[in-house]
Amino acid sequence: MTKVYRFTCIVCPLSCTIEVEMEGGKIKDIKGYTCPRGKEWAIEEVINPKRVVMSVVPVEGGKLPTVSVKTERPIPKDKIPELMSMLAKIKVKAPVKIGDVIAEFEGVKIIATREA
Amino acid sequence: MYDVVVIGGGPAGMAAAIRARDLGLRVLLLDDNDYLGGILPQCIHPGFGIHYFKEELTGPEFAYKLMSNLEGVEVKTSARVLEIINYSDIEKFVVYTSPEGVKKVPTRTIIYAAGARERHAFEIGIVGDRVSGIYTAGEAQTLMDIYGIMPGKEIVIVGSGDVGLIMARRFSLEGARVKAVIELMPYPGGLARNIMILRDFNIPLYLSHKVVEVRGRGRVERVKVVKVDENLREIPGSEFWIKADTLVISAGLIPNVRLLSDIGVVIDPSTGGPVVNDRLETSIPGIFVAGNALLINDLVDYVAEQGELAAEGAKEFIDNGGILSKHWIKIEKGENIRLVAPHYVSGERDVWLYARVRRPMENVVLEFPEIGKRIRLPVVKPAEMLRIKLRAKEIREAENKITIRVIEND
Repeated sequence: MTKVYRFTCIVCPLSCTIEVEMEGGKIKDIKGYTCPRGKEWAIEEVINPKRVVMSVVPVEGGKLPTVSVKTERPIPKDKIPELMSMLAKIKVKAPVKIGDVIAEFEGVKIIATREA
Repeated sequence: MYDVVVIGGGPAGMAAAIRARDLGLRVLLLDDNDYLGGILPQCIHPGFGIHYFKEELTGPEFAYKLMSNLEGVEVKTSARVLEIINYSDIEKFVVYTSPEGVKKVPTRTIIYAAGARERHAFEIGIVGDRVSGIYTAGEAQTLMDIYGIMPGKEIVIVGSGDVGLIMARRFSLEGARVKAVIELMPYPGGLARNIMILRDFNIPLYLSHKVVEVRGRGRVERVKVVKVDENLREIPGSEFWIKADTLVISAGLIPNVRLLSDIGVVIDPSTGGPVVNDRLETSIPGIFVAGNALLINDLVDYVAEQGELAAEGAKEFIDNGGILSKHWIKIEKGENIRLVAPHYVSGERDVWLYARVRRPMENVVLEFPEIGKRIRLPVVKPAEMLRIKLRAKEIREAENKITIRVIEND
C-alpha cells in the first residue's frame, strides 16, 4: 500500500511543496524539492520527525513565577506527550541560570532558557 | 543632559542603547515593564537570532544576550513615559513616572522603541456577550509563559499569524484543545515553519472564515463562525457555532505611536509607524524610531538591526547638529507593495529597505525601475517581509523618487 505525504518545506522561504511516496515503510518516490537540503528534510519528516520542545516550569522564590525551558536537541515527535507529562511534575528553586540543566528526558537535557 | 533617551527596553531599545553606548553617548534606557526584554521573555520557542547572533536562540536567550551587555547604560524599569516634549530641534525632554516619582529629563535625541500593541476583539468586528475568556494571543502568552497560568481548556484562535500559531502549539503542548484556527484571508498568515504546527497537533484551519459573535454566561461558551467570499463579505447561511471556553485573538499588531503622534510626528497609514529617513529619523529632527514601533517585523534580528541604525543616527545627529543630506529621494510604493520603510533615502549611504506585499505571487520580479534594479524571486507572501539592500551608488542614479514594485516575471 502506498501512502503519499505532502509537506510545505521550511528549510528556506521558498516553501516548496514536497511529496514523499511511501510503500511498506520505504520511500518509493520523492518530488517537488528544489535543493538537497529540502529533500533530506522531507525524508526525515516522514521517517523520524523531530522537534525542539519548549515549556515553562514553576519556580519557587524567583523574579518571575516560572522559568522557560527547552530540549537541548530535537526529540522524536511521538515522544512529546510523554515529555510534557514529565515536565508537568517538575518544580525548581531559584536561583536558576540560563543553561542550567533542569531535568533529563531519555538522554536529552532539558535546559533553562531564562533566569529565575 | 543625556545624549539619547531610549524609550522601550525590548530588542530594538536594548540594541539601540548598546550601540549608542559603544559610540560614546550618554544613554538612559526606560521601560514600563518591571523586567527588560519586551515580549522576548515570553517568546519561549526557538527561532530567534539566526541573523543577528548567528545562532538559534529562544526569545528569553536572545533578550539575555542583550541584557547582559548593558554596562554603562543607565537603565530604569517600571518607568512609564508620559510625554515627550520637543523643546527645540537640539533639546528635548522626556517625562516619565516610576517608583521614584515623576521625572522630566533633558536629552539631545530620543530613540523611540516602544513596540506594538495587539488588535483586539472589537477592532475585528466580533460582537456578543462581554464575558471572560477572551484574550489577545500576547496576553495568553504572558499568562502561560511568564506567570504559568492556563487561560482555558477549549480554545478557538482568531487569525493564523505567527503569534496565534505559536500559541496554538503552546496550548496543545500544555494539554488544552485548540478546536480551530479561523483565518479571514484565503491563505495562512504565518511563516511556513509555524503553519506546520497545525499539522503537528491536528488543528483544523478555516481559511476565508471569520468569528463574528461570542456567547456565554460569565465565560465564553461558544463562538459563531461564518464563511466569507473573495471580497471578504459574509456568506449568508454559512454560519456555524464552535463550543469553546476561550477565544484568542491573533489579528495583527499595530505600532505603538501615541506618544509620537501626540507631538505631531507624521505617521504612515500603511505601516502604522512614523515616516522616516534612512537614519530612521522621524519628521521631528532628533527623534528616531526602531523595531515594531517603526513597522511590524517578522524577525527580531531586523528589530535589533534597526535599533543599531537608530543609534548611529543619533550619533550623527549629535556630531553634526542634525542629519545632513543635500537631497532626499522618496521611496514610492508600486504594484503589489503594501508598505515600505524607510520612506526617504539620501544616496549617501547603503540602505536596507523593509517592505511587504499585498498578496502572494509566484515567479516575480522585484523592480526599482528608476535605477534599473531587478531581483527575481520565486515567491512573495504578505507574511514574509522583504528586506532589500539599496547601495548608495544605486540610489544616486534616481532624481526624486525610487519606485518599488513586484511584477510578474516575463
